[in-house]
Amino acid sequence: MTPLLSAHGLTKSYGPRKACDGVDIDVTEGEVLAIVGESGSGKSTLLSMLAGELAPDDGAVRYRDREGRVRSLGEIGPAELRALARTDWGFVRQDAAQGLRMAVSAGGNVGERLMGLGQRHYGNIRAQALDWLDRVEIAADRIDDPPTRFSGGMRQRLQIARNLVTAPRLVLMDEPTSGLDVSVQARLLDLIRRLSGELGLAVVIVTHDLAVARLLSHRIAVMRAGKVVETGLTDQVLDDPADAYTQLLVSSVLAA
Amino acid sequence: MSEAYNFAYLDEGTKRMIRRALLKAVAVPGYQVPFASREMPMPYGWGTGGVQVTAAILGRSDVLKVIDQGADDTTNAVSIRRFFAKTAGVATTTRTTEASVIQTRHRIPETPLHEGQTLVYQVPIPEPLRFLEPRETETRQMHALAEYGLMHVKLYEDISRHGHIATTYAYPVEVAGRYVMDPSPTPKFDNPKMDDCPALQLFGAGRERRIYAVPPYTTVRSLDFEDHPFRVQTFTEPCALCAARGHYLDEVVTDDAGGRMYICSDTDACETRREDVR
Amino acid sequence: MTTALEFRDVAKSFTLHLRGGTVLQVVLGATFSVAPGECAVLWGPSGAGKSSLLRMAYGNYRCDSGAILVRDGERVVDVARAAPRDVLALRARTMSYVSQFLRVIPRVSARDVVEAAGREGGLSEGEARDRAGDLLARLNLPERLWGLPPATFSGGEQQRVNIARGLIAPRPILLLDEPTASLDAENRAVVADLIAERRAAGAAILGIVHDAAMREAIGGRIIDVTAFGTARAA
Repeated sequence: MTPLLSAHGLTKSYGPRKACDGVDIDVTEGEVLAIVGESGSGKSTLLSMLAGELAPDDGAVRYRDREGRVRSLGEIGPAELRALARTDWGFVRQDAAQGLRMAVSAGGNVGERLMGLGQRHYGNIRAQALDWLDRVEIAADRIDDPPTRFSGGMRQRLQIARNLVTAPRLVLMDEPTSGLDVSVQARLLDLIRRLSGELGLAVVIVTHDLAVARLLSHRIAVMRAGKVVETGLTDQVLDDPADAYTQLLVSSVLAA
Repeated sequence: MSEAYNFAYLDEGTKRMIRRALLKAVAVPGYQVPFASREMPMPYGWGTGGVQVTAAILGRSDVLKVIDQGADDTTNAVSIRRFFAKTAGVATTTRTTEASVIQTRHRIPETPLHEGQTLVYQVPIPEPLRFLEPRETETRQMHALAEYGLMHVKLYEDISRHGHIATTYAYPVEVAGRYVMDPSPTPKFDNPKMDDCPALQLFGAGRERRIYAVPPYTTVRSLDFEDHPFRVQTFTEPCALCAARGHYLDEVVTDDAGGRMYICSDTDACETRREDVR
Repeated sequence: MTTALEFRDVAKSFTLHLRGGTVLQVVLGATFSVAPGECAVLWGPSGAGKSSLLRMAYGNYRCDSGAILVRDGERVVDVARAAPRDVLALRARTMSYVSQFLRVIPRVSARDVVEAAGREGGLSEGEARDRAGDLLARLNLPERLWGLPPATFSGGEQQRVNIARGLIAPRPILLLDEPTASLDAENRAVVADLIAERRAAGAAILGIVHDAAMREAIGGRIIDVTAFGTARAA
């Protein structure tokens, strides 16, 4: 089966430093791919290129659209790319302030993509927003509150609702659980796992937390200095790491 | 006319630059054209954009009317009218029907405009999307790609907060089925007057350095929701002076005991009606 | 192939990069098979590679050489060479693995953990719900615990959740890694019964069972793994 999203030879340099160096990666429906590595390993640069937000110096990202055509992001015009980004794709950011409109109510945040698609019925938009707030376990009576009044965990859940309301096929997540309390993290992990399974989403999640990768992902790619040093089944890579760096990474984790 | 100034204050090169921007604005209705706004002998917020547009289009045979919130007799309106009388020597009037150029702040005259007239709006903030998206690079992209979902987010927020669309002025409109535009802080009461208007409508934002336009007979549609359609304000009372219904009324406090009356904001329309009665 | 699971000349070593690249050869020339309806027990001293063999069968450990053939319906998949997606498909349809330790998302309740495993194994929502209840009841997990996340449970309680999770979906191959290590005699007997039922239903079972009585109870054929670890001793 053709992957939903595939990257070949993705390379991006900042000056003399290669943030990404010939990365090959793919993900398909119903599959969660974790990209792990230390800060500066190129994970976030890779994610930006997968999202079409950053043009690679070399290599290509290909996406299989709803009509089954496999297309290179570099060949899709900006109008269509932005349309894809707010319908077919989701992007859950580490910093909720980057992924939400902090001055707009929770309902408006969830409804924005629907209005972007041309929905013009307030009642319907609000009903869908309520449904999604419920699915991410945000109480209905918070629908008119802005995210500035939400806790960190709620903000991340609101981001998820905002992204999933248009039934995207691919969701990119950049450290969605970092900075949250452990108990809040667990709740978010459960939510992400449940929704990605129920909706058959393709998910690429960037994390430095191997426990998050283990609980959420089917496959894993370990990055170091811009390169994928090891990839495979998540439990296989974490339990039987072959690469020297992966072994170091796995052995550096504090066991709980 | 004072000989110390070039005709209508600005030099000919500047006026030509502004007219070029105006031509582009007319050619692409609702699109914000950048222009090299000049320092004017008045503070920003007093209509520097409108004054530059007026200066650029004024000819010797023009008859100028200037209104501020509908009134010809406020400081701002009087000063601008005198400014052009002095620097261009043009005839001025308070009569909407007699004017060929009307510069306005915050109102559209009640008397229907006719072909050949030009309405010049003073605009403080030309970007309707700025309320929710502060990045200019992003709002330009949104205009370029006609991504206007965000404009409805603003209206959504209104309804969720107030139960109805509470925006009463600077109510966003879609021009000629393409660009979404800020009509300047006119009351939404005036929005229907912009639609299919026989006069040319020009908008100048001095501080923001933007010019945009609505050519005559252009479709101007106020944004709304299917279940919350656009509605203008209605007034239960008629004007206390001219008894007009269907005019936009200002509330005037008449004494210290809470007495108040409602009168037309358009002073010319009000006076004309009263004269007709006499 | 009439067997459900077959190891052919399988070798496994670990290269310890953090210890100067030391190579540990844990399995060499492992060859054996398990038929449907058969129970086989890996036998050998600690460190002889029993766990590694079991994990390789499940695709949790890589395999250096040889083949690990798993019958998946009409076809045979070599786990040693299969792509990650194929291994995941095998785990969903064909192989269950009951480990010693329970690894779950912290907040999820015991019952939900078991039910989810049932749905992933192809049971309907209703079936998964009913079977989860049956299994937890048979394993004597107090019903008041079902709605709680297992992280707070005792070792024995956690293990019973783990067993229920591993057994809920009727997959044709069952891999058991010390499933009864922290259980008392009564619950060991329950587990022995459950395993026997699965075997009677035609499942191929491969396990590590240290407890002699348990081995006896499930009637396992012994596979002596010391035969596969000779190179390491040499």
